[in-house]
Amino acid sequence: MKIQQLSIFAENKPGHIAAPVRLLAQEGIDIRSLYLADTQQYGILRMIVSDWQKAAALLEAHEFVVKVTEVLAVEVADRPGGLTDILDALDGTGINIEYMYAFPNLCGNQAILIFRFADPDAAIALLQAAGINPLASNELLKS
Amino acid sequence: MMNSVLEIGAATHHPASEPDYTPIGELRAMQLQRLRAVVTRAWQHVALFRSRLEGRGLSPADIGSLDDIASLPFTTKADLRDTYPYGLFASPMKDIVRLHASSGTTGKPIVVAYTQEDIAVWTSVLVRCFAGCGLHRGDIMQIAYGYGLFTGGLGAHYGAEGLGATVVPASGGHADRQIMLMKDFGVTAMCCTPTYFLHLIDRAAEMGIDLRELPLRAGIFGAEPWTQSMRQHIEKMSGIEAFDIYGLSEIIGPGVGCECRQHEGLHIFEDHFYPEIVDPETGQVLPDGCEGELVLTTLSKQAMPMIRYRTRDITRLLAEPCACGRTLRRIARIGRRSDDMLIVRGVNVFPSQIETALLQTEGTLPHYQIILTRVQGLDQLEVQVEVTPHMFNDKIGALQELHNKLQSSLDRVLGIRVRVALVEAHTIERSEGKAKRVIDRRTS
Repeated sequence: MKIQQLSIFAENKPGHIAAPVRLLAQEGIDIRSLYLADTQQYGILRMIVSDWQKAAALLEAHEFVVKVTEVLAVEVADRPGGLTDILDALDGTGINIEYMYAFPNLCGNQAILIFRFADPDAAIALLQAAGINPLASNELLKS
Repeated sequence: MMNSVLEIGAATHHPASEPDYTPIGELRAMQLQRLRAVVTRAWQHVALFRSRLEGRGLSPADIGSLDDIASLPFTTKADLRDTYPYGLFASPMKDIVRLHASSGTTGKPIVVAYTQEDIAVWTSVLVRCFAGCGLHRGDIMQIAYGYGLFTGGLGAHYGAEGLGATVVPASGGHADRQIMLMKDFGVTAMCCTPTYFLHLIDRAAEMGIDLRELPLRAGIFGAEPWTQSMRQHIEKMSGIEAFDIYGLSEIIGPGVGCECRQHEGLHIFEDHFYPEIVDPETGQVLPDGCEGELVLTTLSKQAMPMIRYRTRDITRLLAEPCACGRTLRRIARIGRRSDDMLIVRGVNVFPSQIETALLQTEGTLPHYQIILTRVQGLDQLEVQVEVTPHMFNDKIGALQELHNKLQSSLDRVLGIRVRVALVEAHTIERSEGKAKRVIDRRTS
């Protein structure tokens, strides 16, 4: 249920995102989702890719600083209030969302939410108790 | 078993180390005899030296005692640059078997030359360095200094072979391969720059290898100044005994001096390199124990004798006997050079202070670089710090916290406002494993 997300440190300068992305493209690795968190000086490029182990090894071999973190992916209906259903399940449980981002699923009327929790296992238990099943890695990659 | 071998090694000197224990009187007599010979050689064959000596109304015959060395002119790095490439050679090219050159960060490189006798002397002093570190035949030594024009790689290589150790000539770079060799070959001693070894410690941890569990027991680190806190960090993280080795291409390369197992200064191989400490401003010779600039004279060099070479390294000469029994005087660890002090908005800043602050904050020493600029007449000091896997976090908040911590620690240590920039790994330029610490872009 947990998905491996790669994060890369990048300076906030022209061209600094292109290099890792180009590298993955050359090796035929598909980027399923990409999110850039940035400050004035630097940014963190977060990606979910088709083969995270190969991608991590490839990026490290090219001297990028890569961190692998476990995130949860949840599919919600792409309609007003879709996100609220998820947040309601977590509300009042004391579980904290470190960060999150969303992207639309182009093949259906769905959106996919990516959550980073301090304790992903506790979050899975709470979501499942509310009838919400985080996507398995293969489900996310084929969706 | 290893311990008992070490104890025997400590009790009986390596045969090559005999000159380390020469009685003082005998050593001084030998130095005087060799000083006269080398001054005569330089006077006969090096035009620049001869004209300077004549300019002072001196000739080699005027050297009656070791103290008379103070009347001789200094040689500086600029002299090597000005006479590039062969102007200071005292041997015909047919007798020169090797050339080395500095990495040449400013303009033309510095060229140095060796005859066969010079290579033999160089090898012998390195054998004495390694033997003094408790190494012997049976040790497996990995040389991770660059092989090539840089003196580090080939110098250490010849010394390690001369000792009778098994040499792994890994040369510089390729950290993962270095670590694989250390592990698979059962390497017992590592020769590299201290900053490169710090990098290997970090990289080994990322690879899930604990250096403390390997047979590695000694590291001989040189080619750049390093601090006591770095030594403690290295010894703690890798479980080895770390030795400081000193040298410079202009004199011979690595092996001018080295720590013994007492770790209380570096013994200078005085039978080949005569040390003086001078006031860096006035050039006056200072008594033993006073801090000043180290000046070295090669007593036996054939191809390229150096008379009173200004090293720019700041240290003290320790004349009191060492517990190891060597009669060779020691120099204190070199923490700085006479020319690495930065004056930023009127405040004295040493790169070693920045290193200490980074070590305290991070518990590891990331690669860093100091960039000085001047904006509207005001000096700006920026410290660029490479983000290591150990420091990196996928949360912006955690990175900002790291940034703030580094910022306040540097501000506190230096007493001036510093700009900290986190930069991508491996983006700071390195040459021969030596990090270029300071870039000064201030003009005038």
